[in-house]
Amino acid sequence: MEEKHKDRSRSYLNPYLGGVLLGLVLLAANFISGRGLGASGAVKSVIVAATQTIAPAHVEKNAYYHDYMQEHDKPLKSWLVFQMAGVLVGGFISGALWGRLKLKVEHSPKITSRKRLFLAAIGGILFGFGSQLGRGCTSGSALSGMAVLSLGGFITMAAIFGTAFAFAYFFRKNWI
Amino acid sequence: MGPLFVNNIISENTNFLLAFFIGIGFGMVLESSGFSSSRKLAGIFYGYDTVVLKVFFTAALTAMLGLLFMSLFGWIDLSLVYVNPTYLTSAIIGGAVMGVGFIIGGFCPGTSFCGAAIGKIDAMVFVGGLFLGIILFSETYPLWEKIYLAGFKGSPKLSESLGLSDGLLALGVILMAVAMFYVAEWAERKFPREEY
Repeated sequence: MEEKHKDRSRSYLNPYLGGVLLGLVLLAANFISGRGLGASGAVKSVIVAATQTIAPAHVEKNAYYHDYMQEHDKPLKSWLVFQMAGVLVGGFISGALWGRLKLKVEHSPKITSRKRLFLAAIGGILFGFGSQLGRGCTSGSALSGMAVLSLGGFITMAAIFGTAFAFAYFFRKNWI
Repeated sequence: MGPLFVNNIISENTNFLLAFFIGIGFGMVLESSGFSSSRKLAGIFYGYDTVVLKVFFTAALTAMLGLLFMSLFGWIDLSLVYVNPTYLTSAIIGGAVMGVGFIIGGFCPGTSFCGAAIGKIDAMVFVGGLFLGIILFSETYPLWEKIYLAGFKGSPKLSESLGLSDGLLALGVILMAVAMFYVAEWAERKFPREEY
């Protein structure tokens, strides 16, 4: 048991090494493209592109979509969409290399799979909504913002982690 | 010299191709650090696994120092690098909504894509939630427009707001991060953890 336990924990990178590597990826993005990493922006691009295809009149009427189309004539041809496609490939490669490719619902033994999926959906909705209000998520606003010393980046980082810590007590039974 | 794309050293299509490769690096680092697991991610909020804090702050510091040194050596013009604008109200409220989403859902957007890529069904559902949440915001945008645009401060750096040099601020962030790493290592010894 002890042996197996050790093997599993060794299969993840040392977190400080992982951090340096992630920092170098972020540095490369800034050096090459003059911008940071992101995630939620790619989802927005896909949504605007889909809406544009299905209901172009709706995009004209909706101020939020309309403003976005003013800046991007082809929403799918955006830096973040290419980057997120890469994230899916990179995540898959790493999962394959370490033998972690497996269809499963991961949850604490104290809750059911169904409850975990329900919570994941609610969490996703809130995170998606908040990422639009906050102009970017943990990657685009907090991490990339902090790297370029953006005041807004530090504030978003503090608001995300501060609120999650403040609410952790109320949701502890889902995790521990 | 840098940023290469902004200085027209590489074309737009090359920039997109490189974005794809940068994404591969991003996804590989996230997954191999354990960010495809919601139970590892949520550990930071209960002290049993602080990988989020360690990776996040080490990454921010590495990129921050890298940019400052590259600028010092004349390899990159920092005035051409995108600095996120600051809208005080929406940064705080949006951040708070994201924080609640984080503790309930156990992922953030980037990590949920990473989890989905290796077959985590909870991560796929989280990604579905992201789509719904973004559509919800877009469709009800007039209700939030005032909050969204309030408290605009331009694109200041924290160092400018505090009246410090960039280097001195970076030193402050390093010292803060080291203090947090110390607490994180202590917390991991104190709270038991299983491996998933």
